[in-house]
Amino acid sequence: MASNKELKVSAIENGTVIDHIPSENLFKVITILGLDKISTQITFGANLDSKKQGRKAIIKVSEVFFQDHEINKISLVAPHARLNVIKNFEVVEKSDVTIPDTIVGIVKCFNPKCVTNNEAVTTHFNVINKKEVALRCHYCEKITTQEELRFEAS
Amino acid sequence: MPEMKNRSLVSINDFSKEEILHILDLAEEFEVNPNQKLLEGKVVGSLFFEPSTRTRLSFETAINRLGGRVVGFSDSASSSATKGESLKDTIQMVSRYADLIVMRHPLEGSARYASEQSLVPVINAGDGANQHPTQTMLDLYSIRQTQGKLDDLNIFMVGDLKYGRTVHSLLMALSNFNPTFHFVSPEELRMPREYKLFLEEHGIPYYEHGELSEIIDEADIIYMTRVQKERFSDPMEYERVKNAYVLKRNMLKGTKDNMRVLHPLPRVNEIHTDVDSSPKAYYFDQAKNGVYARMALIAAVMGLM
Ligand SMILES: [Zn+2]
Repeated sequence: MASNKELKVSAIENGTVIDHIPSENLFKVITILGLDKISTQITFGANLDSKKQGRKAIIKVSEVFFQDHEINKISLVAPHARLNVIKNFEVVEKSDVTIPDTIVGIVKCFNPKCVTNNEAVTTHFNVINKKEVALRCHYCEKITTQEELRFEAS
Repeated sequence: MPEMKNRSLVSINDFSKEEILHILDLAEEFEVNPNQKLLEGKVVGSLFFEPSTRTRLSFETAINRLGGRVVGFSDSASSSATKGESLKDTIQMVSRYADLIVMRHPLEGSARYASEQSLVPVINAGDGANQHPTQTMLDLYSIRQTQGKLDDLNIFMVGDLKYGRTVHSLLMALSNFNPTFHFVSPEELRMPREYKLFLEEHGIPYYEHGELSEIIDEADIIYMTRVQKERFSDPMEYERVKNAYVLKRNMLKGTKDNMRVLHPLPRVNEIHTDVDSSPKAYYFDQAKNGVYARMALIAAVMGLM
């Protein structure tokens, strides 16, 4: 059975596997990382069974290796994502995503009266709590919490 | 002294304790000698995207006393914003005309954004419910002028402590000076949790009270604010509590000699007019102090002092 499951998303020779993405946020992860704009091979699967979370998604990107600051952008939509760096079909490195100290774009400010929700302004937050996510808006200074997290349409 | 020249003034939280004290010292100099033509030949863009007559007059008085000239508009109806021009474009344009921008805007965070788009310093004259740093500066100046110091004071804040932007900013600024706070408000308009957490984290004592009573005898400063009917989810609740937050002359009887009553104005009925003639009423002088505080802030960012 195990080998069957793995076959659902084909193996890659060189590149990155991003595992443990919440299924409902798969396309957000793709957009945030700009994977809709690259030309190398990408395969992904969604609604896969997971022990950790109900339904997970997985992305395999050939020939792409992420810098920490790039991959950490997905930390709010996929806080438990795990990266496997593949070289010659072997996993050579595993890492988790971490929430960065500042977040530019991606998240909407929860405050309807914030300038970022009324003018063409890119959002910008300072992360004041990483455990129970709390983001202070650089503009209106209000705090957006985990429950209030909404993502920008892309 | 940290460099304030060419810096925008967006939020009171951007000021260090030393910078606050420096501005207050400058304001004191302007109070002694209010006509100094330091802004001669300079043009200030005064952009009021929403009307605020008192704040605008105070700024324009400050600019005129400094010998500068003002261009701008006093509400969005007379600005190009009504034609759909973005804030960014307005700021890009005006910052090519003027040497300094004073801006009032209904959107929260608009001042920070404007400061990032502007080629010249921006002074925030109020961005929605967010910040109004020149008000905070004049409040601090008024407290120091009446008490001779900012440290170790008993500060009573009364009225709408939930939505009151002025009390939030004042609380943050005073936290540098070892205060003790007393919050007097109706249940529904209590000081928000985030500010109380801030005080707890910084070891600053505070007490909450439901009513204005003889507890004010301990006060050095009573900072009154308006309790507005529309802030209550239940209008009956407003009717029930509204008189509990009105300051009257006879309540001042047991208060300390140095105590002064402050109010950001406009007042409605939360300070009875019989308080006005008391030597402890300071709110009209407080408004006058706004001119000196604004002169000081303008001089600092223009690098004139
Ligand atoms: Zn905001």
